[in-house]
Amino acid sequence: MTKRAVALAVLVAVALLPFVPMGGMQQYVFHVVIQIFIWSFIGNAWSLMGRFGLVSLGHGAFLGVGAYTTTLLWNFYGLSPWLGMVAAVAAAVAVALVVAYPCSRFGIVGHYFGLVTLAMGEVIRLLLIAERDWTGGSLGLTLKAAGDASFLAIQYTDKRVFFYGTFVVWLLGLWIWHRLDRSMARAAMEAIGEDETAAASVGIHVSRFKLGITALSAALTALGGVLYAQYIAYVNPETLAGVGVSLRIVFAVVLGGMYSLLGPTVGTALTISLSEYLRVKFGVHYIGMAETIYGLLLVIFIIFLPSGIYGSLRGLFTRRRPQSVAVRPA
Amino acid sequence: MSNLVDLVVNNPLLLAEAALNGLLLGGVLALLALGLNLIFGVLDVVWIVYVDLSMLCMYLIYFTVQVYGWPLLLGALAGIALGVVLGLAVHLLIITPILNSPPVNQLLATGGLLFFIQSLATFLWTTDHRTVRLSLPTIEFAGMFVSFARLIAFALAVLVMIGLYLFLTRTYIGTAIRAVSQDRGAMALMGANPQRVYLVTSAVGGMLAGVAAALLIIQYSVHPFFGAAFGPITFMICVLGGLGNMVGAFVASFIMSEIIAIGGVAWSTEMGYVIAFALFIVLMFIRPGGIFAKRQ
Repeated sequence: MTKRAVALAVLVAVALLPFVPMGGMQQYVFHVVIQIFIWSFIGNAWSLMGRFGLVSLGHGAFLGVGAYTTTLLWNFYGLSPWLGMVAAVAAAVAVALVVAYPCSRFGIVGHYFGLVTLAMGEVIRLLLIAERDWTGGSLGLTLKAAGDASFLAIQYTDKRVFFYGTFVVWLLGLWIWHRLDRSMARAAMEAIGEDETAAASVGIHVSRFKLGITALSAALTALGGVLYAQYIAYVNPETLAGVGVSLRIVFAVVLGGMYSLLGPTVGTALTISLSEYLRVKFGVHYIGMAETIYGLLLVIFIIFLPSGIYGSLRGLFTRRRPQSVAVRPA
Repeated sequence: MSNLVDLVVNNPLLLAEAALNGLLLGGVLALLALGLNLIFGVLDVVWIVYVDLSMLCMYLIYFTVQVYGWPLLLGALAGIALGVVLGLAVHLLIITPILNSPPVNQLLATGGLLFFIQSLATFLWTTDHRTVRLSLPTIEFAGMFVSFARLIAFALAVLVMIGLYLFLTRTYIGTAIRAVSQDRGAMALMGANPQRVYLVTSAVGGMLAGVAAALLIIQYSVHPFFGAAFGPITFMICVLGGLGNMVGAFVASFIMSEIIAIGGVAWSTEMGYVIAFALFIVLMFIRPGGIFAKRQ
């Protein structure tokens, strides 16, 4: 019961954050926290696959497809992002199935799965750049403004709206993770992750589970991409597709620990706070310095905390679920 | 498709020139892919950072030659030496501590190194494009123009590959390297020292990155995102050729470089890459073990 109490206290604290007087800092704090919510949600979506050995290095593809679908539909046809979101999720799931079905059918796992998804992310990024008449190429695209507060366009200049909105979406992500963790699908997916042939031999429908989990992960990632685009009101192929962003998602999750509910959130909060701190500290004077330290810290963290920060901490306190959860070959 | 047909009909010379340039680029790409293939095959670790190591060597060659006035050959040797050092450093400092971790962690550790190198290069040398200026002529051949630098790079790349082949087949350590890539467990049972094989492999892999750097710097300018531009395509080639399959990597690099070169003149550079990556995905489904893998 104490766990519940702690969770409740955290939720109340987050919900009351906008009422804490912070003076001029408030907008900035909001900005950082909103980003943490969005990227944690995306990291959560990634970990749905990642924890079962489906290590995707191309989740940027789903982000890009999602964000650009709603943005293009809004800018060119004036279609509300609420509807665009449905199209975005459908498009991302379609891309996911086109790549994942043959992967599952032809038994592409491990490194190879990673490289195929990496190529998928690059294809989307390069397509977005190549179709520059529509997408603005590498310059990106700004969402058509719809006033200070528009429910239809999901555009609000008041950050509090996005704060609560992304908070709810983040909770939704955690809930989905939790539901999956408690379901039969989890047992099936773990069996598949360990040994596909053995799983199939005990009657698990390998392809169905793999495709299902991939589609779910892609759909949620696309949703995260839409949310991010709506919040920033600008889309760019480098920040929303390709290797860079895909690796960042994986980094955050692995850093936090992908086998625990709060791992992706802890990892994302840490990487975003770190990069924000370094950015503020070094600013424009030493371009690249912040990222340099970030990269170095990532390497050090991965070498010394292989099961993630949250995973390692939890391992220290609870002995009930030992190493078998933490170290598992993909 | 119409662009390509149009090109074939109306401007076959431009197409031929693109094809020839693709062939010449393929030689250098093959070198990078072979180095990566060696490491991937023996250590079973993906060095996402591989082309960025090459980029650091390119910077060294640029500075020694263009700033300090060394002769190009000496600068190239320095670049190759740096490649060896970097290969050993990556193995000893990053891979050795996590050799038994899940593959995703190994991949991400080298990925973190990629961020580190990319940003450090931006920090130290800004995003300027830097070129080693060589006054090499452009050769006209049957109405096509080919840069002499590319021709030299291609010839040298082929020579180095032959050298690598001889090293792997004619020396004891080379045979040991091939043996490890076939069966790591059995190799240790035969009394060979895997640690030593890993070290030599990493050094040779690093050296190939250095050689590739020397051949790339005379054709391309170097900038902090050079690795990001050439990295993914190198992985694709490496996997497409099949692990540990030298001939496969060689052929795959020419397929990819031709697609990029011809796609580049027919549509746009990005579309060339899009087609290459899409083809990679499709080929992976048809032949997961690489284009020359025996069907099971």
